[in-house]
Amino acid sequence: MNIDRRSFLKLAALGLLAVAAKPAFDLISRPSAARALEGPFAGKRLAMVVDLNACTAGDGCVDCIAACHSVHNVPDIGNTKEEIKWLWEVDYKRAFPDQENGFVSEPLLDSRVLVLCNHCDNPPCVKVCPTQATWKREDGIVMMDYHRCIGCRYCMAACPYGSRSFNWRDPRPYIDIIQQGYPTRTRGVVEKCNFCEERLSDGLQPACVEACSSGALKFGDLKPGTELYDLISSQFNLRRKAELGTRPQVYYLL
Amino acid sequence: MYDKGKIIGGLAVFLCLASFPVWYMAASGKADYSPDPVLPVSENLCVESAQYMKEYHMQLMQQWRDQAVRQGDSIYVSSDNRTFDINLTGTCLKCHTNKADFCDRCHNYTGTAPNCWDCHNVPPANAPPQVTK
Ligand code: HEC
Ligand code: HEC
Ligand code: HEC
Repeated sequence: MNIDRRSFLKLAALGLLAVAAKPAFDLISRPSAARALEGPFAGKRLAMVVDLNACTAGDGCVDCIAACHSVHNVPDIGNTKEEIKWLWEVDYKRAFPDQENGFVSEPLLDSRVLVLCNHCDNPPCVKVCPTQATWKREDGIVMMDYHRCIGCRYCMAACPYGSRSFNWRDPRPYIDIIQQGYPTRTRGVVEKCNFCEERLSDGLQPACVEACSSGALKFGDLKPGTELYDLISSQFNLRRKAELGTRPQVYYLL
Repeated sequence: MYDKGKIIGGLAVFLCLASFPVWYMAASGKADYSPDPVLPVSENLCVESAQYMKEYHMQLMQQWRDQAVRQGDSIYVSSDNRTFDINLTGTCLKCHTNKADFCDRCHNYTGTAPNCWDCHNVPPANAPPQVTK
C-alpha cells in the first residue's frame, strides 16, 4: 500500500480519536453517583439513645451486654489485650473525655457509661478500609462484611471510640454456648456491633434494647416525628467525641 | 542385539511398577469410587434443580452472601418462584442435615475445602434417617 505523509497523519489522528472516544463515552454514559443512594433503606437513619439517668450499669447490671454477646457469639477471651467487645461500659470520664470541665452532677461523674459502635454518619473506619469490608448502609448502619475483611486493622486505628476488636485467635473455644442464629468469626478478622442488623430484618429490636429492663435503651429511625427524634430534640444529650466530626449516632441523655 | 532378554525383562518390570497405581486401584475396586453424597429424604427439591446445584452451588452461595450481607436482602426467590431465607446454617443445613455425609463427601473427593464453616455454624448432627442415592 502506498500512502503519503499527509494522509498517514490524517489516518493516525482519526485512529487516536477513535481510541479516545470509548472512555469519553463511558464517562458520559456512567450512571450518576446518586443512584447508589437508592435501595431498600433510602431515607432512614437508625440511631440509639442511652438514658444515663435510667441506666443501672453503675449498679452492676450487665443484662444488655450479656444479651448482645450471647446472640452474636462474642467470645470471652479473658484478657484485656485480646478481648472482643461489641457493647461494654467505661467510666463517664473516659466516655466523654472532652466534658471533664463541664458542670456535671457528682453521681453522673462517677457513673458507668454503656458504649458501643456509634454507627457514625461520617465513619472514619469506612474511609480507611482498603477492601470495602466495612461500609455505611443507607439506613446508617456501619456494616462489617467479614467475608472481605483481611485483618489489616486500619479501621481499628481510625476509630476514635475503640469500638472495633480484632480476633487474635480462633474465638470458638472461648464461646460458652454457640448460638446457631449468628455465625461466629474466625482468627484474623475485625468485628464490632452491627446494631443487630440481622434481628432488624426479622422485625425485632436490637438484643440489648430487648434485654434492658430499665428502659434506658431506645432504638429506631431518627427522622422528625419519631419517638426517638422527640426525645433527642427535647432533652439535653451528649454524643461521644462529636467534635471530631464523625457525627456519631448514639445519643446519651443526661 | 546384546542382552535382549535383560532389556525386555527390565522394561516389563518397569512398566509393571510404573502402572502400579492404575491396576491396583482397578483391582481393589476403588477406581469407580464415587462420593455418593447422602440426600435428604424428607424433601425432594433443592433450592434450584439438582443438576444446577451440582454444578453451581458455589456461585449460588456467593450470590446469597452478597445479596444478604451487602444488599441487606435476605430473601432468595428461586427460578421456580419458591422463596428461601438466605442462611447457610438455617436453610442449606436444615435440609442437608448431615454435612459430613453430604457436603464433605463431595469436597473430600474433589479436594475442596470451603472455609465457610470456620464461622458459619454447623448444628450438632441430629440427622434423621437418610438414604444414599
Ligand atoms: C470470617 C467469618 C466468615 C467466613 C469465613 C464466612 N462467613 Fe459468611 N457470614 C459471616 C458473618 C459474621 C455473617 C453475618 C453477617 C451479618 O449479618 O452481620 C455471614 C453471613 C453470610 C450469609 C448470609 C446469612 C447467613 O448467615 O447465612 C451468607 C449467605 C454467607 N455468609 C455465605 C458464606 C459463604 C458461602 C462462605 C464460604 C465461602 C462464608 N460465608 C464464609 C462470617 C463468615
Ligand atoms: C428444601 C430443602 C433443601 C434446601 C433448603 C437445600 N437443599 Fe440441596 N438438595 C435438597 C434435595 C432434596 C436434593 C436432591 C435433589 C434431587 O436429587 O433432585 C438436593 C441436592 C443438592 C445438591 C446436589 C447433590 C447431588 O449429588 O445431586 C447440592 C450440591 C445441594 N443440594 C446443595 C445445597 C446448598 C449449597 C444449599 C443451600 C444454598 C441447599 N442445597 C439447600 C434439598 C435442599
Ligand atoms: C455433588 C458434589 C457436591 C456436593 C454434594 C456439595 N459440593 Fe460444594 N463443591 C463441589 C465441588 C466439585 C466444588 C469445587 C468446585 C471448584 O473447585 O471449582 C465445590 C465447591 C464448593 C464451594 C466453593 C469453595 C471454594 O473454595 O470456592 C462451596 C462454598 C461449597 N462447595 C459449599 C457446599 C455446601 C455448603 C454443600 C452442602 C450443603 C456442598 N458444597 C455440597 C461439589 C459438591
